[in-house]
Amino acid sequence: MASTAEGMKSLLEDRVVKSKWPARLDLAQSLSGLGLGLFMWTHLILVSSILFGKDAMLAITHVMEASFLTPDEAGGYTLIPALTAVGVFGLFIVHACLAMRKFPSDWKAHKTFRSQMAMMNHSDTNGWYTQVVTGFIMFFLGSVHLYIMATQADKIGPQLSADRMWTYGMWPLYLILLFAVEMHGAIGMYRLAIKWGVFDGKDPRATRKRLKVLKTLVTVFFLSLGLASLAAYVKIGIENVENNRVGERYVAGQEG
Amino acid sequence: MSQSNGTAQKGRTLKFHILRFDPQLKGDKPRMETFEIEEQDSMTIFIGLNEIRKKYDASLQFDFVCRAGICGSCGMVINGRPDLACRTLTNTFPDGEITLLPLPAFELIGDLSVDTGKFMRNMSERMENWIHEEPDAEPRKLTVLEEKMDPDVATEIYELDRCIECGCCVSACGTARMRKDFLGAVGFMHVARFEMDPRDKRTDEDWYDLIGDDDGVFGCMSLMGCEDNCPKDLPHQNRIAYLRRKMVSAGT
Ligand code: HEM
Repeated sequence: MASTAEGMKSLLEDRVVKSKWPARLDLAQSLSGLGLGLFMWTHLILVSSILFGKDAMLAITHVMEASFLTPDEAGGYTLIPALTAVGVFGLFIVHACLAMRKFPSDWKAHKTFRSQMAMMNHSDTNGWYTQVVTGFIMFFLGSVHLYIMATQADKIGPQLSADRMWTYGMWPLYLILLFAVEMHGAIGMYRLAIKWGVFDGKDPRATRKRLKVLKTLVTVFFLSLGLASLAAYVKIGIENVENNRVGERYVAGQEG
Repeated sequence: MSQSNGTAQKGRTLKFHILRFDPQLKGDKPRMETFEIEEQDSMTIFIGLNEIRKKYDASLQFDFVCRAGICGSCGMVINGRPDLACRTLTNTFPDGEITLLPLPAFELIGDLSVDTGKFMRNMSERMENWIHEEPDAEPRKLTVLEEKMDPDVATEIYELDRCIECGCCVSACGTARMRKDFLGAVGFMHVARFEMDPRDKRTDEDWYDLIGDDDGVFGCMSLMGCEDNCPKDLPHQNRIAYLRRKMVSAGT
């Protein structure tokens, strides 16, 4: 009896401590978004090496596969890109789980948000909705892409990647994914800066104006780069079909 | 408030489209009504509304007290943006079309009048918007002068104390509209104000207890509706980011 009473007493005396989790989850959401955002920008720059020709892209592929560590400096460790894809997939899932908490919870909330958008026509409010829609699209398209990369990392290269786009019909998925990622990522990175006040400095308002311009420029730049690269791969893919070369690996220096 | 910038051609006809609805009246349905009045020099929405009430319809409901942007009563949605009727000049709308809606997110009293008081009182009680001394502090002697405050701190506190609780930040906030329990920017401005006050002895843990969750600062999705629609230009963006950083370091 006495011990129960003791227990009750301590229960009453215990301060109800507020959970630390909301703080951790908010930080984790932002860090995962930051990680993905930086990865996506780097990724697209690497991928766009195809604009400088097949040899440039092959060289980048070899660096990413650490082929300079292999005896003959050809081929490489395709486990590296495979594991990278697995890691990014993990981060992607973590980020999606955390960001999903913010989705409108039901039809009514969604309707309210839409009417708020219609009433205000306010760019940052609209941008958030764009993030929700593009995020939702990425659930599906991003997963397909990441799964393929994780399982077929050995088939990355100037010709094999082009075949994947054209002969294996991935280009429509990449086209949609490009828009989704670049819009979502640029808005997200802008939001991160505002949300945490990273670049606020002496005049946070002026900073925000500048960041907004930067966000637009970055979006246009990466969309253009992405579209140009996509076109380059598709062109190679078509040529491969015409030349009966589908599935053939490109060899360094093969085309000049 | 800026002076008339000359775009107001005196005598121009303004069209006020106003939401009419009396929730007390059985069977009444929300509808838009249009009133035409002649624009005067330096006319504000508030003056226009009075004109309409005088000329057309004495039953038109809207709130005001000070007519000078201090009392926070005349907040309403003016052409899509929450703002104060007494501080918005009609000449800011070149086509002379002015649509007025009551502030969303608050209980509607009728037409353009809403009950921000209930919300603000609830917010104040939730955030305990008063100076908290040490729990075991001696009661203050009213005959003894308070310690001096650093003028810079006083200025910063005053900057946040300019909040008039008009409710525009809450109505402009997509998050607050979607989630009823979300504190809203007005609450964050008050927390930031007391957190900065050296006389308030609440610790970071105490603040975390108040705003360390998704109804508080972690619920803010940085949509910046508050920042862009505050009639008093309070530093929402910067202060909410500050609170977020502070609460993350208190919480991790
Ligand atoms: C299934 C995939 C994804 C979903 C469902 C998703 C969803 C979301 C949502 C709803 C937000 C807004 C969260 C908020 O307002 O608090 C958000 C923020 C963000 N997202 Fe994503 N996203 C996904 C993938 C990505 C990817 C691939 C990137 C990188 C390009 C990214 C970068 C960001 C960034 C930087 C933010 C801002 C983070 C923050 O405010 O804390 N997201 N995401």
